[in-house]
Amino acid sequence: MRLEKRNHTSPTAYVLAPVGAVVFTLLVSGLLVLWAGAPVGQTYALLLQGAFGSVFALTETLTRATPLILTGLAAAVAFRARLFNIGAEGQLYAGALAAVAVGGMHGGTGLEWSPYVLFPLMMLAAALAGAALLLGPALMKARLGVDEVVTTLLLNFIMLLLVSALLDGPMKDPLSMGWPQSVALQGDLELSKLVPQTRLHTGLLWAVSLAVMLWALLSRTVPGFDIRAAGANARAAAFAGVPITRTVVLVALLSGGLAGLAGAIEVAGRTSYVTLDMSPGYGYSGIVIAMLAGLHPLGVIAAGTFVAGVLVGADSMSRAVGVPTYIADVIVATSLIAVLVAGLLTQYRVRWK
Amino acid sequence: MTQDTAPVLRLTGITKRFGKLVANDNISLTLARGEVLALLGENGAGKSTLMSILFGHYVADEGSIEVFGQPLTVGQPRAALAAGIGMVHQHFTLADNLTVLDNVLLGSEPLWQPFSRRSDARAKLLAVSQQFGLPVSPDAKVGSLSVGERQRVEILKALYRGARILILDEPTAVLTPQESEALFDTLAQMVAQGLSIIFISHKLGEVLRVSHRVAVLRQGKLVAEAPAQGTTQGQLAQWMVGHAIEAAERRPAKNVGEPICTLSNVSTAPTGRDRLNDVSLILHAGEIVAIAGVSGNGQVALADVLCGVRGASAGHVTLRGAPLQARPTWLVSQGVARIPEDRHAVGVLGDLPVWENAVSERLRGPWFAQPWFRAFWIKRRSARQHAQRVAETFDVRGGGPDTPARALSGGNMQKLILGRALMPPHDDAGNTAPAPQVIVAHQPTWGLDIGAVTFVQQQLITARDSGAAVLLISDDLDEVLALGDRVAVMHDGHLSEARRAEDWTREAIGLAMAGATH
Repeated sequence: MRLEKRNHTSPTAYVLAPVGAVVFTLLVSGLLVLWAGAPVGQTYALLLQGAFGSVFALTETLTRATPLILTGLAAAVAFRARLFNIGAEGQLYAGALAAVAVGGMHGGTGLEWSPYVLFPLMMLAAALAGAALLLGPALMKARLGVDEVVTTLLLNFIMLLLVSALLDGPMKDPLSMGWPQSVALQGDLELSKLVPQTRLHTGLLWAVSLAVMLWALLSRTVPGFDIRAAGANARAAAFAGVPITRTVVLVALLSGGLAGLAGAIEVAGRTSYVTLDMSPGYGYSGIVIAMLAGLHPLGVIAAGTFVAGVLVGADSMSRAVGVPTYIADVIVATSLIAVLVAGLLTQYRVRWK
Repeated sequence: MTQDTAPVLRLTGITKRFGKLVANDNISLTLARGEVLALLGENGAGKSTLMSILFGHYVADEGSIEVFGQPLTVGQPRAALAAGIGMVHQHFTLADNLTVLDNVLLGSEPLWQPFSRRSDARAKLLAVSQQFGLPVSPDAKVGSLSVGERQRVEILKALYRGARILILDEPTAVLTPQESEALFDTLAQMVAQGLSIIFISHKLGEVLRVSHRVAVLRQGKLVAEAPAQGTTQGQLAQWMVGHAIEAAERRPAKNVGEPICTLSNVSTAPTGRDRLNDVSLILHAGEIVAIAGVSGNGQVALADVLCGVRGASAGHVTLRGAPLQARPTWLVSQGVARIPEDRHAVGVLGDLPVWENAVSERLRGPWFAQPWFRAFWIKRRSARQHAQRVAETFDVRGGGPDTPARALSGGNMQKLILGRALMPPHDDAGNTAPAPQVIVAHQPTWGLDIGAVTFVQQQLITARDSGAAVLLISDDLDEVLALGDRVAVMHDGHLSEARRAEDWTREAIGLAMAGATH
């Protein structure tokens, strides 16, 4: 068996590739469902229903999608420039901490400023905190050639321990009865609900508009060209006059900033305070979502919603037919591999002799 | 010419398709014992595909291969090696930090053999080197060898593994004329001892000089097969391109003007073997200065300095009297057109569309970006219009403005790069950027087909005639002599005096390329 480069790829192949990837994913996961002793058709139907089948299900899915879209964008913009930021998880927590530090009550009523001043300040602080966490690894990569995968990954654990220390120390909520959780955000800084009686908040609008803005930046502006050019071929980009180091810094600010905003929006829209388990690996899922989306900012919206739907749908499906929720992880992971292979097969053909 | 009746290699009806493209169309070839067969053809004619099939990298859709009368197992490079086929690639596959002996042994010993049998190997290597007149010192580090010596190691590597059929891919591309002569002597010795050689080249003169028989490929078909004796270069060229070729006529510069760009005592920090060492040169308006030399002797450093990619560590570079800034954007705004050596790795951004590549150098200028916040929004309409004009004027085919640049053929890619560098943009109000005043062209015709070569050379001559100073850096001595009004030779970071082309002889250039003082 060998792979040969295709000279020409037909447009149908580009359409069929993702469809084939989805079919393949459902088949493979279906085997596991059978193994768990549940009927495949009913299981998938329940999963779909649990994700999109009612207003409540849909709002839950979109609530879950909000941080996933933001971390997906963080990964997408960084990977476009070949800055492999694996540290969105840590940057998310940094953003959440910064948000509470600026907008928290701190035992009293917090800063006596107008929310119109305090809210932008809180968001800015969160973005800067996330960006600052990525800036070091990015500069070390650009200047010294230090592998950013290692540095950003390890910073996640440092950040998590720092959060743990702060939640038991200076930022501990005096009213939490011993639970490690931070002080709460001032009530007037919380994001309003998008649909009454649900958890869905205006953070979703933030995520979607940031995706559109990122798409415009990448495709319509000179700095966006720089990011794509530096990622495609740094030598050729430098020859054409792209400032490589400046571009790496810009990417670090964007990527870390988006991950930091994900943390702040989670706090302001859903949790009201920082806890150690506020992110079930949103930062890492963002990488999967960015890859699923082909690193396209608008695709990230769809991919983030898909992953959120699988996760939320699996919860309710599991209660009904008893298939463990881990099937959601299998579906997400299999779909990523299938999409990557399908993408490869649009460029290469398999020869069996 | 010694020829037995039975051929050592027989390709029968080889056909290979890539989608709609037929890379090899029913090709049948034979190779006799003791014969040198030249395989001639432009880029994309199917030479590499055919050799890849022979060597087992590809599997042919139709046809069969026989080696020494036995059918060859297809699709297995190991089978090709075992059958006695050896290949010397144009880009060497040697490890610089290992010795000659280690390089030859690498991969030829079984993995589970606990100790390498070095003394046996050394004796065998020396015997082979003696037999074919290829002297080497087994313990020298490959990194310390000259290019000619490294090629010798590559050939020995194949012979050590028992190759009886040797494929040489553009072997003279990296050699001085004198080194090429030495290679031809070696080839003569090898065929005298019964080896057979397939010699891939596009230099017509040397093809006729070394081979017994010539096979010409064009668009995947074997269009001609003829004995070298009695065939002329004109005939070969016509077979290669399918129509008669008008050789570019040498037209010396008429109006040489003011000095525009000056290098005085310029040195650069060494990167590997490539650096500048006390180089001085003056470029005048309206002349082509051609730099000859074996690649790797400082040409990259020279091009880098003039393209704004690398700064000089000592000395001064001036552009119209002002110090040259090592920034691409500044150079482009000052009218320096840059054509880099490696069009795939440096010239274009392969993943990005043609239109963005056509304006990539000028995005930071006033032409294609709104000046708000330095340069921010790309003026897409102007940019795409300019890209369209570049594609039309420079005849870029094989894709529209949104095609990724990597999908273009080498010739079209080079035309795109030329157009980007040479064609001044203009805005809606009719203001036009000044035409380039200095053109730095590093190997601008490397690997192009004859039509594209003529086009590129013509563009350089036209630019010179309209007053640009052209610096042409080329490995191809024929090109240097055909285009250069003045010629200088690079060796080991030094640049010889730039003399009028008429004052050089081929021999003198060859000696200077090898480092002889004159």
